[in-house]
Amino acid sequence: MTAAGIVGATAQVLLVGAGSPLLVGLMRQVRARMEGRAGPGVWQPWRDLRKLLRKEAIAPDGTGPVFRLAPLVLAGTALVAAAVVPIVTTASPLDGSADLFAVTALLALGTVALALAGLDTATAFGGMGASREVVVLALVEPTILMSVFALSARVGSTDLGAIVTSTLHRPELVVSPVSLLAAVALAVVVIAETGRLPVDNPSTHLELTMIHEAMVLEYAGPDLALVEWASAMRLTVLLGLFANLFAPWGIAGASLVMLPVAVVVFALKVALLGGTLAAGEVFMAKLRMFRVPELLAGSFVMAVLAVAASYFLV
Amino acid sequence: MNVTVTEVPAGRLPARAAALLDAGHRLALTAAHEDPDGSLRVVYLFTLAASGDSPDRRAELHVRLDPSDPVVPSLAHLSFPAGRFEREMRDLYGIVPADHPLPHRLVRHHHWPRGWYPMRADAGPPPEFGDPEGPYPFMEVGGAGVYEIPVGPVHAGMIEPGHFRFSVVGESILKLKARLWFVHKGLEKLFEGRLPVDALPLAERVSGDTAVGHALAFCLAVEDAAGVRVSPGAQRARALLLELERLYNHVTDLGALCNDVGHSILNAQFGRVREQLLRLNAATTGHRLLRGGVVPGGALLLAVPDAAALRALAADVAELVDLALGHTVVLDRFTGTAPLPLDAARDLGTLGYVARASGLDVDARRDHPITDLRPALAVATRTSGDVLARFQVRAEEIAASVALVTDLAYGMSPGLTSYWPPLSAPGERASGIGVAEGWRGTIVHRVELAADGTLSRTKIVDPSFFNWPALPVALTGAIVPDFPLVNKSFNLSYAGNDL
Repeated sequence: MTAAGIVGATAQVLLVGAGSPLLVGLMRQVRARMEGRAGPGVWQPWRDLRKLLRKEAIAPDGTGPVFRLAPLVLAGTALVAAAVVPIVTTASPLDGSADLFAVTALLALGTVALALAGLDTATAFGGMGASREVVVLALVEPTILMSVFALSARVGSTDLGAIVTSTLHRPELVVSPVSLLAAVALAVVVIAETGRLPVDNPSTHLELTMIHEAMVLEYAGPDLALVEWASAMRLTVLLGLFANLFAPWGIAGASLVMLPVAVVVFALKVALLGGTLAAGEVFMAKLRMFRVPELLAGSFVMAVLAVAASYFLV
Repeated sequence: MNVTVTEVPAGRLPARAAALLDAGHRLALTAAHEDPDGSLRVVYLFTLAASGDSPDRRAELHVRLDPSDPVVPSLAHLSFPAGRFEREMRDLYGIVPADHPLPHRLVRHHHWPRGWYPMRADAGPPPEFGDPEGPYPFMEVGGAGVYEIPVGPVHAGMIEPGHFRFSVVGESILKLKARLWFVHKGLEKLFEGRLPVDALPLAERVSGDTAVGHALAFCLAVEDAAGVRVSPGAQRARALLLELERLYNHVTDLGALCNDVGHSILNAQFGRVREQLLRLNAATTGHRLLRGGVVPGGALLLAVPDAAALRALAADVAELVDLALGHTVVLDRFTGTAPLPLDAARDLGTLGYVARASGLDVDARRDHPITDLRPALAVATRTSGDVLARFQVRAEEIAASVALVTDLAYGMSPGLTSYWPPLSAPGERASGIGVAEGWRGTIVHRVELAADGTLSRTKIVDPSFFNWPALPVALTGAIVPDFPLVNKSFNLSYAGNDL
């Protein structure tokens, strides 16, 4: 545990916490501009959060602790994941205790908490959203594990910091078949996990087509703010992890001096990725619900191939 | 007008109705009336499409009922729409259809007091909520894993209220029940006692997006009753306004269909075209939704739309349609989604693009013409009856409408043409029928004028009344996440249905 590591981990949490609504705002703005609309500006998600936080907390009749705790669990797991994942530093003090499996499990814990909260409302939409979300989750989690596992095989460790560091030392690995296959698989599941097109439509108002939004329909005020904020953080963490697994340059090791540079580089990387994702969404439409498992199964096959390749093509 | 009116004793009604239906007529409207002497009268209006040189025909069957025991034999076994008209009549007038196979309430909501029939002359103002007519449960679908999703009446989007009850296993819809009449306003009652000119604003607001369609059907009915002949030029101006209304609504729908599959860039682009059309509407009639264009006895145009500008917009629309259908995911979402079979479309009496997408070649512009639109009029049909077919029929109708407007605008000059009021008051009770092809389908109005020229009864039939039952039929076997898309492809009016 180094001073730089502690400062770096703190910076990661602050950066993700403060920056993730801006990332969502940026993505919406990119989409709006590309569709020929003016757009509300990148600060709109923060304004929305401020508005929601000023409202009174309301919970539907008959809901229990699960409903009340879920936003906290969701936000908590997202914050911990933000501290653990190599975002600006590979020397996070939590890095040793939280490897690839822990991060995946953390993110899954948040999703499951929200799905349970959806069920707890006992409304048709909560249950419907929860059932759909869990279907997606069940298909996404193995793919995340497999694709990152493919990357870890050559390092001999599931420690995310170690994987990133090894890529830093051997940049030629990024264009290896293993990396490319894993990147495609991971890109698909990041899209699915964060509820973007073509799996889910984050901007729809049609309650019957929703996945993520259907689960959180009953939330209002500060609870909803927490859910929205946590969702934005998960998007940022997943995009950041994706960026640093395949393009780790700029990340700080155990050096304090590099930290500000790493923060700026990370912000640029995630903004670029988010902007690309949003721009891609403009040209996409939402898949028929029963086609989503086909897409995710395809990405799982990619991940399996990546694992196989990591043993055969060393 | 080729109207035959026949007084029929109640017992002979089913035989006479069956004969008309067998001869190719369609039941267009059923309206109950309470005459000043307190007796009840039911009017069944049947229409027959024009074909070749023979003009369209209308046949009315009038049945007088004993007000102390108002019972009519049900026609529900002859015609599905008849069964729904009868339920509406029972709820609003207390006229009981004997041997109705589905004698549930239709218009009445839970809280309407028992025995209160709002259309009757002695109904008075709406009473307090009271003594409900007992529960009206939804049919429950049993079986392992079947659950219900109640949606509405208040929805997340900016749409009208309606309650949908899905019985679902997994994501597959086993049964859908739509319960409407949340926006029942007593509109037909509001027409009573008004002069036609004063009732026109009501007709324009029957359904906000169908101002021209309903105003035209209403004016045609009033003119028919008063014996006013409108000049061919004014009828052409009305036909032009009808096409402008079809244009902006179809363009909106094409955009909304793209939006519902998450392809919002095309919605933005269709929205751009829509805005230009609305501005054109404002220049043509002074109102973006074309209110004030159709007036009793004629039409009022502030300007004649520029055909070249419309053709440019039509080219834009054609390009956007190609972009939509060239997108594999959009095409996949549309193709084969919620097909409405031809048999079902015919049996339910569907109208408009819903009917035409299922292969039913109906169009009042050709079948009940107010002006000869040939040769520019092309009736677009498809046979697959799915969301794609309803999308393509709309797209083709946009092209056809622009061709019609180009034709109609040629040599047309702006200004007011009106043959209203009639030179002589009718002096006696008179009735009239108006049929117009609104953008959703065939609109029928039937009015009765009192001796002083005021409206004693107006019956409005929006095509949505016929098309709503088709939605659950089309959705059989569909999945829940596709419902909003299918609903949008029908795009039925709640206000026009609930009245």
